[in-house]
Amino acid sequence: MWYRSASFILDKQQQQQNDTVTNPESRPPSSASTAMAAENPNANISMYYQTRAAHHGVVTNDWLAQAQAAVGGHPDDSVSDNYVSGSEEENIRYSVVDEFNNWRKQPELAEAVAAIRALASVIRSSQATTMMELEIELKKASDALKSWDTTSISLTAGCDLFMRYVTRTSALEYEDFNSAKSRLLERAEKFGEISYKARRIIAMLSQDFIFDGCTILVHGFSRVVLEVLRTAAQNKKLFRVLCTEGRPDRTGLRLSNELAKLDIPVKLLIDSAVAYSMDEVDMVFVGADGVVESGGIINMMGTYQIALVAKSMNKPVYVAAESYKFARLYPLDQKDMVPALRPIDFGVPIPSKVEVETSARDYTPPQYLTLLFTDLGVLTPSVVSDELIQLYL
Amino acid sequence: MDSRRVPRTVSDPKVRQVGFFAPAAPLDRSESGPPAPTSSSPPVSDVSPSGNSLSPVMIPPPRHLSTDLSRHFPLGPPISPLRVARAADTSIPVGSYNPSEFLTPTATTEFSEDPLSPRWGRRGSSGKFATSLPAGGFNMALAKQKNAVNLPPDGGSNVEVQKEQRAVTGKPLKEKTTKAERRALQEAQRAAKAAAKGEGSKTGASGVNTANSNTGKPVKAVSQKKDSSSVAASEKKGGDRQPDKDRKKDVPHPRMQFDDANRVEKAKKRSVVKQTEAKNRVELFRHLPQYEHGTQLPELESKFFQLDTVHPAVYKVGLRYLAGDISGGNARCIAMLQAFQESIKDYSTPPEKSLIRDLTTKINGYVSFLIECRPLSISMGNAIRFLKTRIAQLPLNLSESEAKVHLISDIDRFISEKIILADKVIVKHAVTKIRDGDVLLTYASSSAVEMMLLHAHELGKHFRVVIVDSRPKLEGQKLLRRLVGKGIHCTYTHINAVSYIMHEVSRVFLGASSVLSNGTVYSRVGTACVAMVAHQFHVPVLICCEAYKFHERVQLDSICSNELGDPDVISKVSGRKEINTLDGWANSENLQLLNLMYDATPSDYVSMIITDYGMIPPTSVPVIVREYRREHLWI
Repeated sequence: MWYRSASFILDKQQQQQNDTVTNPESRPPSSASTAMAAENPNANISMYYQTRAAHHGVVTNDWLAQAQAAVGGHPDDSVSDNYVSGSEEENIRYSVVDEFNNWRKQPELAEAVAAIRALASVIRSSQATTMMELEIELKKASDALKSWDTTSISLTAGCDLFMRYVTRTSALEYEDFNSAKSRLLERAEKFGEISYKARRIIAMLSQDFIFDGCTILVHGFSRVVLEVLRTAAQNKKLFRVLCTEGRPDRTGLRLSNELAKLDIPVKLLIDSAVAYSMDEVDMVFVGADGVVESGGIINMMGTYQIALVAKSMNKPVYVAAESYKFARLYPLDQKDMVPALRPIDFGVPIPSKVEVETSARDYTPPQYLTLLFTDLGVLTPSVVSDELIQLYL
Repeated sequence: MDSRRVPRTVSDPKVRQVGFFAPAAPLDRSESGPPAPTSSSPPVSDVSPSGNSLSPVMIPPPRHLSTDLSRHFPLGPPISPLRVARAADTSIPVGSYNPSEFLTPTATTEFSEDPLSPRWGRRGSSGKFATSLPAGGFNMALAKQKNAVNLPPDGGSNVEVQKEQRAVTGKPLKEKTTKAERRALQEAQRAAKAAAKGEGSKTGASGVNTANSNTGKPVKAVSQKKDSSSVAASEKKGGDRQPDKDRKKDVPHPRMQFDDANRVEKAKKRSVVKQTEAKNRVELFRHLPQYEHGTQLPELESKFFQLDTVHPAVYKVGLRYLAGDISGGNARCIAMLQAFQESIKDYSTPPEKSLIRDLTTKINGYVSFLIECRPLSISMGNAIRFLKTRIAQLPLNLSESEAKVHLISDIDRFISEKIILADKVIVKHAVTKIRDGDVLLTYASSSAVEMMLLHAHELGKHFRVVIVDSRPKLEGQKLLRRLVGKGIHCTYTHINAVSYIMHEVSRVFLGASSVLSNGTVYSRVGTACVAMVAHQFHVPVLICCEAYKFHERVQLDSICSNELGDPDVISKVSGRKEINTLDGWANSENLQLLNLMYDATPSDYVSMIITDYGMIPPTSVPVIVREYRREHLWI
């Protein structure tokens, strides 16, 4: 699946506008705010949402201040790469989870990519002397990562895909262990590279779908969607964005903030105003926590109802998702998922007799999605299963 | 480019491009000739269902094409001259085409013997189908080719031919003419064949035999041994040659159309089972066989000790099909395969025959007997296809006993891997979809669903089962008995009440006789109704089906392919005189009874298909068929 990655579109683009590509990396980091995580040190919250809260929590004043201060001071990717590999050499027994957390601190780096890089470093630092040993070690590391947060779909899927991609190779037939290992490492790094580039690829692919004068409804804060919109803005497209509020962690506010910085006309809606404003919307753009085998997506709570409204008004629903989010899951209905919980702040105390639905995400069945923009290309929902079958069986 | 799935990509080069297409690929293909250009018109060749190892969905990568061709054409005839021979044979000296590629005697005889012979001997019909199918085109091409070859080679230049070909391929009109020509030639041949047959089956082969150099003898022997009719023999020969005509392997065979009086007559002549046709058949279903049931069994039983063509084990299984003792896709398939195993055990190759050919002939005979007893299910068709491929692929240097051991163990492996293990995997997957407190609905009786329910119960899950059943088979009662015996809480109702019961159901689990390429589920009649009601109530519908039952055919309705049961069972209730109001009405001209056995559920109503390859959406059936067809056939 990966060798067919549409990354060439990126390479082409890179020659033309070098500044565009380097731009996202020098953007201000947003990891400063740990407000959400600090407020809710609740064991009930799934790690996934704690991370998300840490990375793009509520927009606070101190976040803005720190963001301003941090402009330019962000470590370049290659630098941090060196740093990590350097530390690896010093401390071989470095736990994969620590490594992963290290990577995870970068807000621009998706969780799965962080996991992929952490796993690659496992290969690098491994002292195994046989292929089998190395594979077992890798397996253990990936299991450790997966159990670190069972609710994150992209983490699990990323680890699985990494194992598939790296170990399913003819390299294993090399007689010389060291050359086999270096081949594995090469593949691992390539995989990491592809995954890292995925967001750019998706942004490039989606440009054909955004036309001048269109109105786009977005839901939640998705870095891919942001990248798509940013690229479109940089390509001098004229469009308007409607941003849902994204309760309870108000991710929409953050997205609208980012968009406003890019001079994109943006309008905020409360989540319940989706149907009200759907008639002026030309397309719905959402990200995904995970893409499941049916071709549907699991995403932030509220995506399903937006998709339903969009479907009933015949508006296209586009999903931007990197292919490392493809997971071998097949939820039959909303309750048929690993629950990911997230506290909801209602502002007033809730009587203890009142039950609160704290699920953080819902499942949108494939029939409500129009297209998926992935780094494998623009896919219809039914192709997802095709790719997964090819990869896993 | 890193190939992720090394073994598969190496053996089967293909490029599926998602999103971005290099526009050169399809163009290139049509220019340099796809591996199946022998069929006359490009559109047909595109549609022709995967005659060779390339399935229609795959786009052969341009750069591999040369190797590809050489792989598919070990004899190595460049495609282009064929086209010339076909299209422009009147104007150019076709004989100038250098026939050296065809010098292998088997090839020549093959082409010349019987261009119309269908590949599968098991279906009843002889040559007629050729007009309606791409296969016909292919045959004609071969016939033409034969003509070309038989002309004395006068050493004309290949260059000229090549040049001509350029011109010809540019011409869009040619396919029309060839089609007409083909038909004309075919008619002529058919007439000749009919005439030959009229002279007598023994002399009939003489015209054919002129071209036979090597295989003439066995052919004759076959036709003498089976003196019932030469048609059967020639058909069997067609079956023999299956390995050579590899490309034709997957062309769907036309089913016997039972509203064609001529062919029904012909088929009857050579059938072992003398079925009597039911009289009043429903208009839309006249093309399906419908027999009066229960009349022929004693007669057949008495025949048991005077069989010559059918092995007793196969005969027994056939009779049990007929009597309805064995039903259910898996059970029928396993019984058939085990009978074949028995027959292979007792098989010995007659002198001067090769095991591969003779055994295939034998199997074909058995299969056509089984069809007479009860039409094959798709899963059985797949199993037969598997067995034949295994036979065809036996190494030639194997001794007879070794070959037999090989085949028997292959069949064992098919049964255990594709059916028994597959069921286990399905159960494992399906159980994950059952939660405590669920109400599961199932229709009729499916072995996979039953195993799954029992397994979930063993795991201590708390759930309730609603078994929906229907007349006349009432298969659900047996399932109900077994489930209740295990202590599972059950509700039993008939399909009439399905819309009432559905609102309390949380999952619908159904079995399937087959799943077709467009996701259509072909299953016991009534399944579609249950699935539609469930869909309307937003209850997920899960189909449990082993992957060996998948078929690349596409079917949109349940009319064109189906099975008719005994019409009497729906008009009568045995032992209840007082409600048998239709007694004696069966022969009334105004009464037509329809007892359908299967129906087709459109994929829209199916949420998920659980197979041995995991849980997939119905849209992914063609992916499984594409990716695993080879594996199914060759394990």
